[in-house]
Amino acid sequence: MSEDEAEILELPLGGWHRAHGARMVPFAGYAMPIQYEGIMSEHLWTRESAGLFDVSHMGQLMLAGDSVEEALEALIPADVKGLSEGQMRYSLFLNDEGGILDDLMITKTPMGIYVVINGAVKWDDIGHLREFLPDEITLNHMEDRALLALQGPKAVDALARVVPGVGKLFFMEAGSFLWGHEPLWISRSGYTGEDGFEISVPAEAVAALADALLAQPEVKPIGLGARDSLRLEAGLPLYGHDLDEATNPIAAGLGFAVSKRRRTEGGFPGSEPILKALQDGASTKRVGFLVDGRQPVREGATIFSGSAQVGTITSGGFAPSVQAPIAIGFVATAQSAPGTALEAEVRGKRIGLIVTRMPFVPHNYVRKGAVQ
Amino acid sequence: MTRYFTDEHEWIDVDGTSATVGITDYAQGQLGDIVFVEVPTAGTQVKKGGDAAVVESVKAASDVYAPVSGTVTEGNGALDGDPALVNSDPEGDGWFFKLTLSDPSELDGLMDEAAYKAYVNGL
Repeated sequence: MSEDEAEILELPLGGWHRAHGARMVPFAGYAMPIQYEGIMSEHLWTRESAGLFDVSHMGQLMLAGDSVEEALEALIPADVKGLSEGQMRYSLFLNDEGGILDDLMITKTPMGIYVVINGAVKWDDIGHLREFLPDEITLNHMEDRALLALQGPKAVDALARVVPGVGKLFFMEAGSFLWGHEPLWISRSGYTGEDGFEISVPAEAVAALADALLAQPEVKPIGLGARDSLRLEAGLPLYGHDLDEATNPIAAGLGFAVSKRRRTEGGFPGSEPILKALQDGASTKRVGFLVDGRQPVREGATIFSGSAQVGTITSGGFAPSVQAPIAIGFVATAQSAPGTALEAEVRGKRIGLIVTRMPFVPHNYVRKGAVQ
Repeated sequence: MTRYFTDEHEWIDVDGTSATVGITDYAQGQLGDIVFVEVPTAGTQVKKGGDAAVVESVKAASDVYAPVSGTVTEGNGALDGDPALVNSDPEGDGWFFKLTLSDPSELDGLMDEAAYKAYVNGL
């Protein structure tokens, strides 16, 4: 059965999105909102106020068992044992060649390790975990929970009115909160480069919570289109586009996901090629590009230095906050220094690129210890 | 002047053998915020149903097809500086290109406004 013929599943908020004027598209097997009033205005609203995103297509897992930290460390390069309760970390599922099977977030909770994985590959991830985790580790796929993200500089004001106390969290911290009788798990994190929160909520309560958030004057609903343009400006990679099974994490600029202790100890899939790339450098590098003119350069475009093919664009589009096209791609390390002038080929025409540092728009995270 | 429509959501205003082509209000609504338009230059030969222009929204690039065959006489230069004209006035100032028809009988298969409206309502 092709993807077109596959049954498109409904998420808990599907009806809510339609009632709020969303245009729905199939994404990761679910009917999801691509946009409400328009990608450009939704994007800009999120950067200046607060946007509400439904990311319930993502997989929420709870891994539990006496040796869960040790067991998970056999599969990911993070220092799971070193996490304190409520600490959240970015991590990777890897194959033996060091390629990326998925990127994910892990958080230590009183119940076990909470894991959020990408919707498009969540069934593969679950299969991978079931195959490689020891039998005494339980894996609970929490399909009875929805996931919302509230992102933007005013997200904290809006959310704190609905769920008092969330302002005590810093970036990449999480905790449990009650909304009435509903148990929420809230982290200060997201995929836009802005301050914001991700909120795990029982599926039967998500529509009421979405209503309560939308009733705040700072909040508008935002679709997947703006989610993509926001993360692109933030320089954040998207699995299946910027990252895949052939991507070395070091080439992708994700060396920070390999914790200090694991760099010495290894013991995760692909540790040999990954630690080698950390030591010697990778042959390619993920970089950002500013694009000449107004024409977007998109995924799949070949990158040239003169007549030599030196890389490929993996994400690109028009950046509403930059008001110009931007792109992310992989190039030969020799061509990866900021300021390097290259060209992309689009429909037979060469378009000028300048390698630039990412993010394209500054991150506005509220970090612990930073001056407020 | 007569206006015709295609099932690919282009419109064409015909005056004798001269015509102006653009995309419909329905099409611009589906595409969303338009950020770049590539129109053909004068002298370009286009074939009915063939690629003639490209319109890019924040999200994606889409082809615009020639409703009929002919020779392009002018691309809309205003779209270079202000591609959002396609959103604000798709069936007026947001036109894409003008052409001289090579075979006016090709117009026979196109829809008139009432037929196009019915077609869009059925989508």
